Amino acid sequence: MGRYALKRIVSAIPLLIVISFLIFMFIHLIPGDPARLIAGKDATKADVELVREQLGLNEPLPIQYGKYMKGLVTGDLGYSIKNGKTVVEAIAPRFEPTIMLTISSMIWATIIGVSLGIISAVMKGKAVDYIAMLIAISGISLPGFWLGLELIQIFSVGLGWLPTGGLESWQAYVLPSLTMGSGIMAILARFTRSSMLESMREDYVRTARAKGLSELPVVMRHAFKNSLIEIVTVGGLQIGGLLSGSVMVETVFSIPGLGRLLVDSIKFRDYKVVQALLLFFALEYIVINLIVDLLYGVINPKVRYN
Amino acid sequence: MAEMKSTVNIQNFEDAEALPKPKSKVKEFVKKFTKRKTAVISFIFIVLLLLAAILGPYIAPYDASQADYSNLLQGPSAAHIWGTDEFGRDVFSRLLAGTRLSLASALSATIVGTALGILFGLIAGFYGGWIDSLIMRCCDILFSFPDILLAIAIVAILGPGMINVIIAVAVFTVPSFARIIRSATISVKESLYVEVARSIGCKNWRILWVHIFPGTIQSMIVNFTMRVGTAILAASSLSFLGFGANVTEPDWGAMLSQGRNYLNTAPHIVLFPGILIFLTVLAFNLLGDGLRDTLDPKMS
Repeated sequence: MGRYALKRIVSAIPLLIVISFLIFMFIHLIPGDPARLIAGKDATKADVELVREQLGLNEPLPIQYGKYMKGLVTGDLGYSIKNGKTVVEAIAPRFEPTIMLTISSMIWATIIGVSLGIISAVMKGKAVDYIAMLIAISGISLPGFWLGLELIQIFSVGLGWLPTGGLESWQAYVLPSLTMGSGIMAILARFTRSSMLESMREDYVRTARAKGLSELPVVMRHAFKNSLIEIVTVGGLQIGGLLSGSVMVETVFSIPGLGRLLVDSIKFRDYKVVQALLLFFALEYIVINLIVDLLYGVINPKVRYN
Repeated sequence: MAEMKSTVNIQNFEDAEALPKPKSKVKEFVKKFTKRKTAVISFIFIVLLLLAAILGPYIAPYDASQADYSNLLQGPSAAHIWGTDEFGRDVFSRLLAGTRLSLASALSATIVGTALGILFGLIAGFYGGWIDSLIMRCCDILFSFPDILLAIAIVAILGPGMINVIIAVAVFTVPSFARIIRSATISVKESLYVEVARSIGCKNWRILWVHIFPGTIQSMIVNFTMRVGTAILAASSLSFLGFGANVTEPDWGAMLSQGRNYLNTAPHIVLFPGILIFLTVLAFNLLGDGLRDTLDPKMS
């Protein structure tokens, strides 16, 4: 296990290098002249040249890449074209809202989702099962941005209970967090149920029952423990989904987070900021995938890594 | 002797006649499937949607792009059952026209992404070693960007438009499938029946397709249904953000995006496209559930 963990961690390094290269190439893959696109159709040649100079596009590609990599190490990611700030200055204040939203959404979604899934599997075919799965399937099917708009319509515009946007108070987190976590809650509930039903048909569960264990230890210690591998896979995959949800939620609720900054930066063709944000999301996701991979071995020793 | 042989043959033939005829697999499937009411209703809903996608422009009460400045932002009425938008266009007619666009893009993207994902997942999980590492690292690269962000990045490079949205959605469908199928394959390949197949000398491709692939079908169907839904949601999300379909097109997401500005005065512009997206995704999910329960004998 230790050897596998080390191997997996080391193997992430080339991946990071490849991703940083792909993100570096992002600006060069855009059809046409990025400097012209940024400067606008009516810009003079001198303006376009100035933008090209600012982006460092005049230099040969290997030198551009070298400078980019050096910048990554030293924290010099260039300047935002939109407001002249350094990229780090532009991004730093956007972390907190997105991280807070992600954590609050993940906590409620995991607790409710996994619980619904277990209850549903144990009570298969009963009214509770149908209600839980109706909630789950509705959560998966709801467009997050639409749910957000309707929640604003009901709780902010209609009832006036909660703010329509911003993040000035804890109440402001309620609607965005509900919107952001609904899909993940639903996915976790469905997968937990499906996986639990499979586990509960296994021989070891029958054996546990036969030796006289009561239902709770049978469900939690035998069936649930063996279902964890699938639940962890799905749960791990969903963190990235949450961040993608932040783009929509932050747009709907006017939250100044990373997702909204990315959308604004793409629309404004602020490519240095786009590059930095893509790299952040990539780094974050690789770390989560790594943790999910390592947990496979911990949860299910049957799974061998040779 | 010849007479005896003939008697035996006739006897065998008569015995065979007396045996119950094997049931047609299709008939058996239909019989089981029709017992699941929600799946049948969802199937009918999807068929109706497909019909609407084909016949939309012929059955729509109004031209989807025809502006009517004397009827701006009207609520639902007898003349306009789902009201009108900010240009006085009939919301129902625009949603009908948008059905073709939304369904075609979501289905084609999911099918392409799923096929590639299953293939890569099976190969990675079964063979392990460097093939597994290579495929999983490629997936990690794609996975390193959350779904919608990867789609946004691809559309930002390729430019807006529905074809680019389909490519983007197909690309982000691949790694999630590959990973889940790989995970299922790793678990299944440790099973006793796979070990038995290997010990009696089955070739790798046979073990893969005959013994391991059916074991992953349940995960695959559950995931596929979710991915069709995800594809519809992703395509409409891209349009909502302004990266997908042109705002002038009657796309479900684009309509929601435009309607957002009139949330206080004309909430129906947001309500109806949202309900339609919700019901469509719900129908695909419920249909997938029904198919899983029908196809997997363990569940029945």
